[in-house]
This record gives sequence, structure tokens and C-alpha cells, in this order.
Amino acid sequence: MFPINETMGQYSELFMLLAAGTYTVAFIAFAWDLAKSSKTLRAVDEKAAELSAAQISRVPVGAGVGASGGVVDRAESDVAGPVGRAERPTSSVSGGQAAGAGLTADGGMRYGGERRAPARVAVALAVLGAAIHAAGVITRGFGAGRVPWGNMYEFLTTGAFVAVAVFLLVLIRRDLRFLGTFVIGLAIIMLVAASIAFWTPVGHLVPALQSYWLLIHVSIAVLSSALFTLTFAMSALQLVQSHRQKTVAAGGTDKLGFMRLVPNALSLENLSYRINAIAFVGWTFTLMFGAIWAEKAWGRFWGWDTKEVWTFVIWVVYAGYLHARATRGWTGTRAAWLSIVGYLCVVFNFTIVNQFFNGLHSYSGL
Amino acid sequence: MSERVNVKKKTPAPGTPETGKTEAGKTETGTKPVEGAVSAAKSEAVLPSLGPVGMLRWAWTQLTSMRTALFLLLLLAVAAVPGSLFPQRPANPAVVTQYIKDHPDYGKVLDALQLYDVYSSAWFSAIYILLFISLIGCVVPRAIVHYKAMRSQPPRTPARLSRLPEYGTLVIPADAGIPASRAIDDAAALLKKRGYRVEVRDRDGARPSLGAERGFLREVGNLVFHTALIGVLVSVAAGGLFGYSGQRILVEGDTFVNTLVGYDQFTPGTNFQSSQLQPYSIQLDKFQITFDRESKGKFGQPIDFKADVTTKENPGAPAEHQVLKVNDPLNLGGTSVYLTGNGYAPVVTVRDAAGNVAMQGPVVAKLQGENYYSSVVIKVPDAKPEQLAFAGFFLPTAFVTPEGVSFSGDPELFNPQLTLNSYYGDLGLDSGSPQNVFELDVKKLTPLNARNLPTKGIVLTPGATHTLPDGKGTISFDGVKRYVGVDIHHNPGQGYALFFALLAVAGLVTSLYVNRRRAWVRAGSHEDGRTMVEYGLLARGEDHRLAGEAAAVRAMLAAAWPLDEHTEATDDSPATDATEETASQPVPSAKADNDRADTALPGAGAEPASPNHPAEDATQPTAGSTESKKDQ
Repeated sequence: MFPINETMGQYSELFMLLAAGTYTVAFIAFAWDLAKSSKTLRAVDEKAAELSAAQISRVPVGAGVGASGGVVDRAESDVAGPVGRAERPTSSVSGGQAAGAGLTADGGMRYGGERRAPARVAVALAVLGAAIHAAGVITRGFGAGRVPWGNMYEFLTTGAFVAVAVFLLVLIRRDLRFLGTFVIGLAIIMLVAASIAFWTPVGHLVPALQSYWLLIHVSIAVLSSALFTLTFAMSALQLVQSHRQKTVAAGGTDKLGFMRLVPNALSLENLSYRINAIAFVGWTFTLMFGAIWAEKAWGRFWGWDTKEVWTFVIWVVYAGYLHARATRGWTGTRAAWLSIVGYLCVVFNFTIVNQFFNGLHSYSGL
Repeated sequence: MSERVNVKKKTPAPGTPETGKTEAGKTETGTKPVEGAVSAAKSEAVLPSLGPVGMLRWAWTQLTSMRTALFLLLLLAVAAVPGSLFPQRPANPAVVTQYIKDHPDYGKVLDALQLYDVYSSAWFSAIYILLFISLIGCVVPRAIVHYKAMRSQPPRTPARLSRLPEYGTLVIPADAGIPASRAIDDAAALLKKRGYRVEVRDRDGARPSLGAERGFLREVGNLVFHTALIGVLVSVAAGGLFGYSGQRILVEGDTFVNTLVGYDQFTPGTNFQSSQLQPYSIQLDKFQITFDRESKGKFGQPIDFKADVTTKENPGAPAEHQVLKVNDPLNLGGTSVYLTGNGYAPVVTVRDAAGNVAMQGPVVAKLQGENYYSSVVIKVPDAKPEQLAFAGFFLPTAFVTPEGVSFSGDPELFNPQLTLNSYYGDLGLDSGSPQNVFELDVKKLTPLNARNLPTKGIVLTPGATHTLPDGKGTISFDGVKRYVGVDIHHNPGQGYALFFALLAVAGLVTSLYVNRRRAWVRAGSHEDGRTMVEYGLLARGEDHRLAGEAAAVRAMLAAAWPLDEHTEATDDSPATDATEETASQPVPSAKADNDRADTALPGAGAEPASPNHPAEDATQPTAGSTESKKDQ
């Protein structure tokens, strides 16, 4: 057992504070990006609308469907028709992208040509924040002489770091900067909650936690939770976007201009499904490794302890989500709701169950 | 039960109108056959006479439908929640009794609703049993269908490959000398190498083609996953039937022998037989605890428990020294032995009025509060002429507040103290009715020492002896030993449960990450000698990498017939919207030939009337979108 280094622990807390500060600036930059881009896009769009209006006036009326209209009609082909079909993903992720042009961002979520200075600043700041955050997590680990996820404070700070890190890693391949405010905002909330509500000084682990399974079981749980955080953000945006697309398609006014930066609902659903599938496998491992550890520590692999119950509930909800995606009438919005309910269960499992329910997992350190 | 069930129906060939969906629903092999029956049953349901058999069939199709399964799954999640809200009997029956006492208004109602035994309740069982029946009813027909699919040839080549989500064409120049039949042979060989099952059709005809399919493991994984879940459930049930568990408290120096009498508490499974117990023995030599003396917030918290034990597999076997720790159980005679509790056991000697030793040895003190503040009950039935009893507290580091309340200031033995009241009278042990060793019923006893009596309470430090009033005897505090609580479990099902859980994960990963794809290639000869090749790919289920696969297949084919290709195939570009507009599928190639869309016509004009003519695909690029417009 390594000795405790309290100085390291203090450094760690300083790093956490700095990270939260940096994230806050990054958050503002992301928000600025959304606001600014929506303005720019609207201006571009208005110009394009004028242009196409001029073109349309030249098209003979007899041209049929095409004549009836610019953006709105193309949007219609995306959302109209039987709901199951419109919401149903096909093997082509970019499906309906042509329809969403102008209304939503590129469904493939690839980096486009246009320069978004605020977004670049925001990502740079997020990277800096993550680096400081990593230093905080690592010094915490050294300070306590073990893996830094032995109590709620450590789980939250490490979990927030993993969420940001996963987000930044995905950014390398895909342009998910529209999620920035959401993810960085959640990370700030997690850091603040950890520092205020769950703060615990560096300390040794109780004997029940002294096992290599802590490394395996909890790290997978943190990673899965981080992925669920991403999909939660996407599913929430999907609901908003889907509502907006329908409103616009029905001829309503577009009140949520910043959502132009967000891809269409279908693309969001497809990507969040892919991430949820990975996270579900991770959660299955969390459950299984937890059971193996429980067998080693408590003599039974499953005992319906409160934490076990909620881990099981989360597993079942996400299993339901995966099945819903293949059930008629349950894709799209309903599946997104399941994904959101699943994440709320994750949050509940972490906060309420840890603190207020009696169980064997009483390691909150509070 | 699977996330793939309805996929095919909902992703009809691009541009396929609504009617195509219903057809697909009936004929699709990968779908639950019952789905077709459902619609049939629905149309029949209008008729007055469904009959009992029909009703049963209807009920069965309802139960095994995807929608019901999803509903049951979500219901299971909801039903599991109350078990975390209310105390559960299997975890701690005493807490439940107390809870009912504390909530007289609704405590009994909750009991009637089985909310204290959620996971063995009728309603929870009903949900998961229905779910598993639904699962079996889904897995079995699907397994049969998939078995047939695996044994059958890839589906026939569609007339219009250009309607497929991924489509492209290649042109082999005339001077390459590759006729259509050889092009198909080459494509077949390449696809086989890529893991496809390939069937060549009409090889020597005018328009040879091939159908290919891969990724059968996806459905296998899916079926394995769901079957393995049944395996997990059965393993858990088997563990409950044939397993057993028990507890025993061991003071340093004590030996436990694995026989029924050796246990303090024993919970047999339904089919347990005492002959299952192997008579191994465990002797507790020493128990050590390390307390946290470093961190401020958790000063004095235990951070390490270590029990040195001597074990014997059988009475005659050689003794073996082992270490028992938390998270590190002993494995003996098919059981696992866990360190689950510990505490102090003060050693006392009680002499009766005649001066004879009536009781001598460690007394297990039950933990009551912080820092090993524990309660002590000593029953001395052998004392003569009257039986003696003591009840009080043990404090490892005794402190007394100014108000006279004593507490323990530290978990270690810095100032051990035993504070006791004493009683005499009939302990009621001779009647044979079992008593809790940790509790003393003082109603029928006469107090000798107590705080409110002139005799006062007994306060002992190690080595001290107190003489009881009226010459009833003496009590000496000889020293302190530690004790451990061990749990002994035997669960024959858990190895199987682990096996099935691992199998389930393997199946899950396979079903999520293996993609089932179909590919078709058709070739034909242009009248000027060029060989025209077109190909199309279709995914069964969600497959975001189909475009990448199409690009890879294309690159492979182009490399096989050295064609000078642009490196980037537009099929791979996210901008390509294959489902919406067939016209937007240009044919990339460095060759001028391949730049023109109409080169996709192998032997154009040779058989203009053929319904199977690939030419139609290219000449009616908007057909699909027109139909889909109608559809909407």
C-alpha cells in the first residue's frame, strides 16, 4: 500500500479548478460559435433563397413538383411520408442529406470547408482544459497511491475527463463541434458537483475496494458512462432537431437558428446508435465484471443489491433501446427518449443510489 | 427479440414503393415467420369464429412479437426498481420486520404486494418468464430460418442493380481480352477471398452474373446471445437448487469443521443433501487489522484485514497455512470461504459461589457503534447454585464524557474496558428453546450489579477481577482476542453462469459488429468488344460501412483487371445519396469510357427487349425517385 501524498492531492484540486475554468471559457467559445454561425448561415441562406427564388420564377409552372419550391419542399422529402420510413435509417448515413441542405448540417458530420474561428478557439481551449484535467486526475492518483476512482469525487472528476477526452477523440474523425456546449457544459457541472457536493480528501481504500477488479470494473463503467453522456447529448439534440425539421417542413418558422449547425435528426440517431452500441457492450462488461468481483468480495455474484438493481435497470433500458431501433413505430423519437431515460438512470444510479440508498456499494466516501 | 427483425422490411430497395414493403414482410426469410401470420390472423380476426386453436395461435404470435418483447423488457426494468426502494427479505429479514413495524399504515399492504420479496414475487417472475418464453418463441423459428438461409444459395440477381444502395460500374477495355464469363469468374474468386459465399449464374450466357452473401455470423451471434441469456437464467436457478451457504464466527484459536453442526447459520438450497459437505477444517491462527493513521478524514478506518488460517482439506490431510483476506476467498472442498466480519472477543473467567470455574473463554462482542463499541452478553448456565448472566459493553479504547457517557475513542486496544451488569436466576436454557446468544432476557432474572443499584456496575480492565455481591462468585477479564465472521458458499451454478455470460457477450459483439451483406455482379459484352461490369451491394440490417465495402470491392475488381482508376470512388463519398437518386451515381474512372454513365450498358442494344437488361437501369435513372414520389 502506497503512502498518501497530501501535497499531490492539493495540486490535483488546483488542477481541477483550473480545468473547470478553462472549460468555462471553452464553453463560452462554443456558445459563441453556435450564435455566430447561425447568424452567418442565415445571411448566406437568405441570399441563396433570393437567388433560387429568381431561378424559380424562370422555371415554367408546368415543371411540377420542382416548381413548388425551394428549401421547404426538399425538407419535406426528408420528413414526410410514413414516419417509420422517414425516421428509419438505411445503410446510407447521408440519406436525406440533400433534403436537409441549408436547414441542417452535413449528415456525414465531416469537416466542411468553412472556417469557424470561434469553434477552433473552443476546441483548442477544450484540449488545453483536458490536458490540465488529465494532470488533475493523474496527480490525484499519485496522491492517493492508487487508481483515482475510489469514491464519488474521484469517479466524477475522472468520468468528466473521460467524457471530454472521448469527445475530443471523436472530433478527430467527425465534426461534432455542435456538441461542444453540451459536453463541455456537462463536464463543468460534473467538476463543480464533485468539488462542492462530493469532495473527499485523498485517502486509502476500504478493504472491499482493494482489488484489481476496481481497475477493470470501474474503468469500464466510467468509459461507458462517458459514451452514454455523448449519446444523451445527441439524443436530446435529435429530439429538438426532429421537432424543428417537422415544423419547418410544415411551413412553420424556424425559431432555432443555431440548430443549423446540427446535422439532421436521422444522422444524429444513427451516430448515437453506433456509440450506444459500443457503450452497451461496455455496460454489459461493467455488469459482468461487477458480478465476478461481487462473487470474490461478497461471496455471491448477484444479490439484488441496490446498485446491482440499478445497473441491471440501465442495462435493460439500453437493451430496450437497441431493440426499439428494430421495432416498427419505435425508431426515431421514441428510441431517442429511451436513450435519454437510460442516461437519467445512469445519473440516478450515481447520485441518488450512492448517497441515499442502503447497499453494499456504499463507497461514496461521504 | 433481435434488433434486426424488421430491418429488411423498413429498408426496401431504394425507391421501392409502399407495396414493396408489405411484400417484403411476407416473403423476407430473415423475418420472424409469425409476422406474416400476425397480419393473416388480424385479417381473420374480423371473422366471428377464430376458434380456441386460433385464439391460442393468436396469443402466441402476440407474445412472440417484437413489440411485446420490447414492452416486457421495459416492464422488467420498471419492475426491478421497487426492490431498491424497499428493504428486501433475502438481504435482511430483520430490517423488513422493523420497516413494517415503523410503517403501520402501509407496511402490511406492501407485504401483501410482495414488495419485500420483489425478485421472487409472482409479478416479477411472471414478467421474466413471459419474456423468456417470448424469447424462446422468437429464437427457435429464427434459428430454423437462419439454418435454412445458411444452407441456401445467395438470392437471385436483381434485374436492376442500380436500385441497390451501393452501385457502380466498371468497363474492361476490349484489348484486355477478358470476356464477360471470365470477368464474373474473377469477381467470384475475389469475393470468395473476401469471405463471401458466391454463386455464379448463367456463366456462359450473354449476361453472366453472380450473387454473393456474407456475414451469416451476425445472426448466429444474435441467436447465441439470446440463447446464452436463457443459459444464465438456468444456471442461476440451478445454483439456487443445489447450492448452500452458511456463516460461522471464529475466534482466534477456534477451528471450524465443515459439517452441519459446524455452522452458526446455514441456508441450504432446495435440493441440498448433507452428504455434499466435505469435512475440511479451518483454524484461525491470527487476525490482524491495519488502521489508517495517515489521512485526516478517515483516521482510524480499517484499511487492511488479514486472517492467518491453518486449513486441512480432510481430517487426515496435511495442514496448510493460508491467508484469508477481503476480496481473496479461500477455496476448499468445493466451497469458497469469505472474510465478511470481525470484532473483539474479551476473554473472561467466571467462578461460581463455590469458587469453581463455571465459564472460561472468549466472548464474542457484537459491534454496535463507532470504533468497535460492542455489546457483550455472557451466560453462565453452569454456575451453582444459581445461574449467572452478564450484559454490558466492550470498549477497545474507553473514554468517558463529562456527562458520564462512555464511548470508544479508537478501534485499537489502547484502553480496553468491559462494563457489565450482572444477574442471577434461571436463564431458561434448560427448556430447550433456542436463544439468541447476543441477547439476554432479564425479565426473569434478578440484578446483582447495575448502575442504578448500590452495588454499581462492574468495570473491568484486563487482568482485573470483580467479586459479585452476596458471594455469588467472581468474574475476571483475562484478555482480548479478535474474531472473524466467515461466509461459506457453494454455488454449482456460478461457473455455468459465467460461461453463458461470456458466451452472451461474444454473441452480442458478433451481432453488433459483423455485417451481413449481399453483393451482385453482372457482366456483359459491348458490341465494340469492351466488357461491361456492374455491381451492387445491399446490407441486411444497419451497416454504416457498406459504402466502404463497396469501395473496397470496386478497388479489388479494378486491381484484378488492371483498370486505371481514380483512387477515390464516389460511392464512398458521403455526398452520394444512393437511396434517393440513382442518377447521382456516376462511374468514376480515369478512362474516358468510365466517365460516361451510359457505359454501364453491357452490350447495349444487343437485346433491347430483355426485361433483365441492365440498360434499363441506366436509361431510367429517375424511375426510382418517381416511384418514391408517388409513394409519398
